[in-house]
Amino acid sequence: MEHVDTANPYVVFDRVQKTYDGEELVVKDLNLSIEKGEFLTMLGPSGSGKTTCLMMLAGFETSTFGEIRIDGVAINNIPPHKRGIGMVFQNYALFPHMTIGENLAFPLEVRQMGKSEREEKIRRALAMVQMEAFANRRPAQLSGGQQQRVALARALVFEPELVLMDEPLGALDKNLRETMQYEIKHLHEQLGVTVVYVTHDQTEALTMSDRIAVFNDGRIQQLAAPADLYERPENAFVAAFIGENNRMTGAVEEYSEDKVSVRLEDGSLVQAKNVCASGQGDQTTLSLRPERAFTIGNGDSQPVNCFDGKVEELIYLGDHIRARMNICGHDDFIIKLPNASSKLTLKVGQPVKVGWAAEDCRALDLSEDGPVHSD
Amino acid sequence: MQQSASASSSDDHRRDGKLVTADGRPLQASLRSAERRRKIIAFLFVSPLLAFLLISFVIPIGQMMWRSVDNPTIINTLPRTLEAMQEWDGQNIPDEPVFAALAEDLREAQQNRRVGPLAVRLNYEISGARGALSRKARSVATMDAPYREQFLESDRLWQNPRLYQIIQREGRPLTLSYYVAATDRAYDADGNIVRRPEQQRIYMTLFGRTFAMSAAILVLTLLLGFPIAFWMAHLPMRYANLLMIMVLLPFWTSLLVRTTSWIVLLQQQGVINSSLVALGILDSGNRLSLMYNMTGTIIAMTHILLPFMVLPLYSVMKTIPPSYMRAARSLGANNWTAFWRVYVPQTVPGIGAGGVLVFIISIGYYITPALVGGQSGRMISNMIAYHMQNSLNWGLAAALGTMLLVSVLILYWAYNKLVGADIKLG
Repeated sequence: MEHVDTANPYVVFDRVQKTYDGEELVVKDLNLSIEKGEFLTMLGPSGSGKTTCLMMLAGFETSTFGEIRIDGVAINNIPPHKRGIGMVFQNYALFPHMTIGENLAFPLEVRQMGKSEREEKIRRALAMVQMEAFANRRPAQLSGGQQQRVALARALVFEPELVLMDEPLGALDKNLRETMQYEIKHLHEQLGVTVVYVTHDQTEALTMSDRIAVFNDGRIQQLAAPADLYERPENAFVAAFIGENNRMTGAVEEYSEDKVSVRLEDGSLVQAKNVCASGQGDQTTLSLRPERAFTIGNGDSQPVNCFDGKVEELIYLGDHIRARMNICGHDDFIIKLPNASSKLTLKVGQPVKVGWAAEDCRALDLSEDGPVHSD
Repeated sequence: MQQSASASSSDDHRRDGKLVTADGRPLQASLRSAERRRKIIAFLFVSPLLAFLLISFVIPIGQMMWRSVDNPTIINTLPRTLEAMQEWDGQNIPDEPVFAALAEDLREAQQNRRVGPLAVRLNYEISGARGALSRKARSVATMDAPYREQFLESDRLWQNPRLYQIIQREGRPLTLSYYVAATDRAYDADGNIVRRPEQQRIYMTLFGRTFAMSAAILVLTLLLGFPIAFWMAHLPMRYANLLMIMVLLPFWTSLLVRTTSWIVLLQQQGVINSSLVALGILDSGNRLSLMYNMTGTIIAMTHILLPFMVLPLYSVMKTIPPSYMRAARSLGANNWTAFWRVYVPQTVPGIGAGGVLVFIISIGYYITPALVGGQSGRMISNMIAYHMQNSLNWGLAAALGTMLLVSVLILYWAYNKLVGADIKLG
């Protein structure tokens, strides 16, 4: 687990632990620093502790041990309404008995703001999400996407410095979700607020975040920028959770600081980059992205890893073709082939040579649990 | 335009601008016949209940409403008298022809055994009329003309000009007199409807008391039921079920048992008074009158009607996601503001449904007020029962019942206008 100490942390989780029943820790020793203005996503499967962390930050759950600080102040004993944190909920939580305007006025009224100032802020907040025309409607009269925009505006209208979002796009359909991802990202850039975003959707996390904390089993498995996370997963869980990957297990034959040779179960020897293989003779998981493997024609030069395989299945997906191959004893080896005319000649059952570069194949820890797939 | 119309109609068949099926039947008719079978089956399923409701509910209510205006006795028993009275001036004692006709009518009534109902009917209007009329009907067979003096001498009743005014006024098939009586009004000597003197206004006072007591019961059930329902809606399922059983337990106990246990608790020598005396809080001479008055009725009925408030409230509260309160708090509202401004408004449908149920049930409640109400804790339903069972003035009972029914309908209409939601139960 990596612990990134930023120079000027705004939100700090310091050795935070949380248990509900006194027997099992839902959050195990969480250390996390979030910089001011950062967009940080907590990504993980359900039950990984990410939502619990968010709820502790919002004040709806108390940590069993450890300290959470905002701007240097410990907030463990500050009630939620005094934390000044904006929050967006998965089911929007717009008050159904109030109009959109009244919903936005609510946080300003409880802060005893004057009427004219209130109206100006509401107008600006609604304009921000292009919902000015809807101030007099009730939430039930809006579509899901519109409701989520209003929920965003409501969380931002009282100008909090920190905004928490708990799977805010989970209930929207795919197209709308993508549009909203960009909108939230642009709002964040525009306003400069700090955002802590919880999701189990890796695409969402990759699209929006400055940094992503991948949660599993109550711990942060990796904390990194989206590109690093995808290109350089540090353990088998992250590799499996973020994007697609081909996994092969084998024993390390040659071990060095940055390179290993791994003998697979069927006897083939694979050259790989050493990330966290434990040592010579130990088992390791090899992870290879499907788009980093390629077919090798007769005249092509051979990479260090080059194996004979057989095409098992071809799925046409428009911009690329997914080919399921039988390679090195694995019949679920996936290759993504760009849709270029030269690659279209593959047929099911055809023998083919497949290769990849050693630095694209990462030797990781031996993950105990099976592959975990997000949606 | 023509082009596109013909293109679009390549799939739909049309005749005279209407859609038809492929074999040329109009689409509407085809749909109806396809739906008919389903409708018949649905109707067969509900028909037993429908018949039951019709026989045991709709018809009796219709009968009751009819009885509150139905007035056949006088017109059927005294037809000749009424005809002879057309000449009458309406002020003094009528002349001989009226009495001759009256004697004839009474003779016939005596033979047909119709004097009893007539005597009862006239007794509603003039007390004491019953005896005089029955005596006269028995002796009229042996009487000869002229009749007027003999009638006048036989009883004070016949010297009262009001008797003849009443016969004339009520000699019509329909009457408003029961409603006049039920609203504490009466006819004066000139036939105008006037209010009764204040000490005789029993029914409107009773209606007022009934509504006031029902309102008190409504407020008490809301005050007691809201916290229970709130708690139940937020407890883990296991505990919520246990609480629910405790709320429902009184439901499964006989109403009489519950009411009599309240008698045990509340009476002067009862558990509460004796405990207070034993603890030295009360002097034995100043025991509280908790029963046989309004307090007793309100306490017992609040207990009995509590589930009707708790269940709708619970079912509404159960559907309010906790994220609303969280959202309110994250927006800066303290616990109380979040509760009052965000939670409570969303329970309004439950408060409305529970309130209407409790109020409507309590304005028509009978047994509990009859057992623990005493004199001051009685409600309008007890008066209706009195007229059904004791005074046998069914017309008045029907008029009071109809007024109660109408006020319930008005309440329900107002509830629908204000809250506009269906009543939720359980």
